[in-house]
Amino acid sequence: MSTHLDKSADEPREGADTAGANADRPAAPLIEGAPAAAGAVTAVDPRLLVREQGVRGYVREFGRKLRGGELGSVPVVVGLAVIWAVFQWRDSAFLSPKNLSDLSIYIVGTGMISVGIVLVLLLGEIDLSVGSVSGLAAAVLAVLYVNEGLAEWQAILIALASGAAAGAAHGFFFARVGVPAFVVTLAGLLAWNGLMLQVLGTTGTINLDRDSFIVHLNSHYFVYIAVAYGVAGLAVALFLGAQLLDARRRQAAGVPFRPLGEILARTAVLAVLAFAAAWRLNEYKGLPLALLIFLVVLIGYDVLLRRTRFGRQVFAVGGGVEAARRAGVNVTLVRIAVFSISGLMASVGGLFIASRIAAANQGAGTGNLLMEAIAAAVIGGTSLFGGRGSVWSALLGMLVIGSIASGMALLGIEASVQYMITGGVLLAAVVIDSVSRRTQRSAGRG
Amino acid sequence: MTATPVLALRGISKRFGAVQALTDVDLEVRAGEVVALVGDNGAGKSTLVKTIAGVAPADDGVIEWRGRPVRVDRPHDAQALGIATVYQDLALCDNIHVAGNLFLGRELTRAGILDEVEMERRSRELLETLSIRIPSVRIPIASLSGGQRQTVAIARSMLGQPGLVILDEPTAALGVEQTAQVLDLVERLRERGLAVILISHNMADVNAVADRVAVLRLGRNNGTFDIRTTSQEDIISAITGATDNAVTRRKARTSNAEDHA
Repeated sequence: MSTHLDKSADEPREGADTAGANADRPAAPLIEGAPAAAGAVTAVDPRLLVREQGVRGYVREFGRKLRGGELGSVPVVVGLAVIWAVFQWRDSAFLSPKNLSDLSIYIVGTGMISVGIVLVLLLGEIDLSVGSVSGLAAAVLAVLYVNEGLAEWQAILIALASGAAAGAAHGFFFARVGVPAFVVTLAGLLAWNGLMLQVLGTTGTINLDRDSFIVHLNSHYFVYIAVAYGVAGLAVALFLGAQLLDARRRQAAGVPFRPLGEILARTAVLAVLAFAAAWRLNEYKGLPLALLIFLVVLIGYDVLLRRTRFGRQVFAVGGGVEAARRAGVNVTLVRIAVFSISGLMASVGGLFIASRIAAANQGAGTGNLLMEAIAAAVIGGTSLFGGRGSVWSALLGMLVIGSIASGMALLGIEASVQYMITGGVLLAAVVIDSVSRRTQRSAGRG
Repeated sequence: MTATPVLALRGISKRFGAVQALTDVDLEVRAGEVVALVGDNGAGKSTLVKTIAGVAPADDGVIEWRGRPVRVDRPHDAQALGIATVYQDLALCDNIHVAGNLFLGRELTRAGILDEVEMERRSRELLETLSIRIPSVRIPIASLSGGQRQTVAIARSMLGQPGLVILDEPTAALGVEQTAQVLDLVERLRERGLAVILISHNMADVNAVADRVAVLRLGRNNGTFDIRTTSQEDIISAITGATDNAVTRRKARTSNAEDHA
C-alpha cells in the first residue's frame, strides 16, 4: 500500500492517465476531427471537442449539437416552415402581404408579454399574473387618459409603472419572503384582475380615441417603401459591422474568432430574411410601427441578457442559485428585478392589446392570453427548467401561435379546433424541451 | 519554513448550541506549503474552514494574517484578505461557459457591455499558466468532466490573487485520472508560492501532495506531522485517537492471514 502512496508516485498516475483515456471513453463519437487550425489551445486533449474551421466544421458542429440535445430554436424554425407550407398549400391567401402584415401586428401585444415570461423562465420560475397585469395597465391608461383627462404620455408612464410595481411586489414576496413564485403570481392573477375591474368601475368598457398615440401604435404604417428596406438594410449593415469588429478584436487578442466566410454566410441569411419581410410588408401598407417597436425591444433585451452583467447574473441564478450566491451575485435583487421586468413587459403588452382593439374592457388580460404568452416562450425554445433560452423565443413562438390562429381563421376552422391544435403544439414543445434535456444529460451536458 | 506564516490560528473555539465544535485549535500555514487538514467525520474540519472563510466566525481565539491579527466576520473579509475557498459542491453554473464562470461575480465590462474578448483572453492565460487543459473557454461547464470542473473551480479562486487557497475535499467524487489532474494543480499552486489548506479523507491524496498534516480529533488539535518523517499508521492513529483501532486491527488480521498462508 505505502509504495503506491509514495510522494513520487508519478508513474502510476501517468499509467492511469492513458488507461483512463482508452478504457472509459469510447473515443469515436466524441472526437470531431482535427484541432482548429488557428487559435487553438496549446496541447489540446485529443478527446475534446474542437470545431474545425470553415463550412465543414460548422456543419459538423451543428450535427453534434443536435445529437447532443442542444436544439435551441431548430425545432421551432422547422415547425414554422411546416405550418406556413401547409397553410399556404391549403389557402394561397396565407402568405399574402395583408395576412403577413396583420400577423406581424397581431403577435406584438402577446409577444411583449412573452418577453417578460422568457426572463422569468430563465430563472427557472413562472409568472402567472402577466395576463391580469396587462389588463390592469390597459385599464389604468384608459381611466387616467379618457376619464381623468391626464396627458397621454403621463397616463402611459403611470400604466407602465403600475405593471412594474405589481411585478416588483411579486418579486419581493418570492425572493425576500420566500413564497413560491407559482403561488405569489397566482394570487397576483386574481388580485390584479380584481383591481382592474375596480379601476374600470361601472362603465365596463372605455374606448380610446382613434387619433390618440396609443391607437396609432398599432394602426400606423410607414407607407414609404424606403423605410422598410432602409430598416432591413440598416439591421444587416449593423449586424455585419458588429460581427466584423468582434472578429477583429478577437483576432487581435489571440482568442478564437469567426472566419470571414461564416460571418458572410450568417449576414446573407439575415439579409434574405430581412429583405423578404420588407418586400412583403411593402406590398401591403409598409412597415408597421408596432412590429418595428417589437423588434427594437427584442434586440434591446437580447443585448441586456447576453452582453451585460445583469444578463449574466440572470443566467447564473437560473443555472444554480447557490453557485450564483457564492460568486457574489445578489440573488434577491436579480429575482426582484426580473419579476419587475416581467410586470413591466406585461403592461407594455397590455397597452399594445388595448391599442389593437382601441379600448380597455373588463375582458382584458383574461382568457387564454396568459397561456399564449407562456406557450410562446416555451414553443420558441426557452427551457422551462431555467438557465437556457433567449428572448427571440418570444418572436418565434408567437409567430407559430399567430400563424396557427390566422391560418385556421382563413380556412374557417372553429376556435375549438384551434385551441386543441395550439395545445398540441405546446405539448410538443415541452416534450422537445424535456427530451433534449435528457439527451443533454446522457451526452454529459446536463 | 521559518518565515511568518501566511495564516496562523491561535486558540480558536467555536460552539454551536450545546456542541463545542472547536476547542483551542491552532493551525499555521506558510507560503509555498500544502497543509492537509484531516480528521474523522465530525472532527471539526469543516467548522474550522468556515471560521477561516468567515462563514461561521469563531467565538474565541485569534486569526493572524501575515503576522498581524485580523477579524474575519464575513466571507467578504476573508476574500479581501486574500483567502479563497473552493467548496466541495463546486459552485459553478452548469449553463454558463468556462470563461463566464471564471469571471462570475466580477465580470469585466466596457461601457456597461461585457468585455467577452478580454475575459476570454485572461481565462485562457490563467488556465495556461496553471496548465489546465480545457478544450475551449466557451463551452458550458455541463460538458466538462468532474475533474475539469474541479480545476475550473480552483482556477476561479486564483483570479482574486489570493495568498491562501482552501480546498474542501477536492478529489472526493473523482476518478483516478481526474484526481491526478487536481493533485497536479495543487502542486502548481504550491510552486506559485501560495499557501494551501487541503481537506481530505483520502490518505493517498494527502501523502501525495501535502507537506504537513494537521490532525483534528473531536474539535481539538491532535498533532501536526511532517509527511516525510511520519508513517501513515501514526497519522491514522492520531485521527482515530488510538493505536488500537479498526484500521490497525484490520491490518494485523490481514498480515496474520498472510503468515498462516
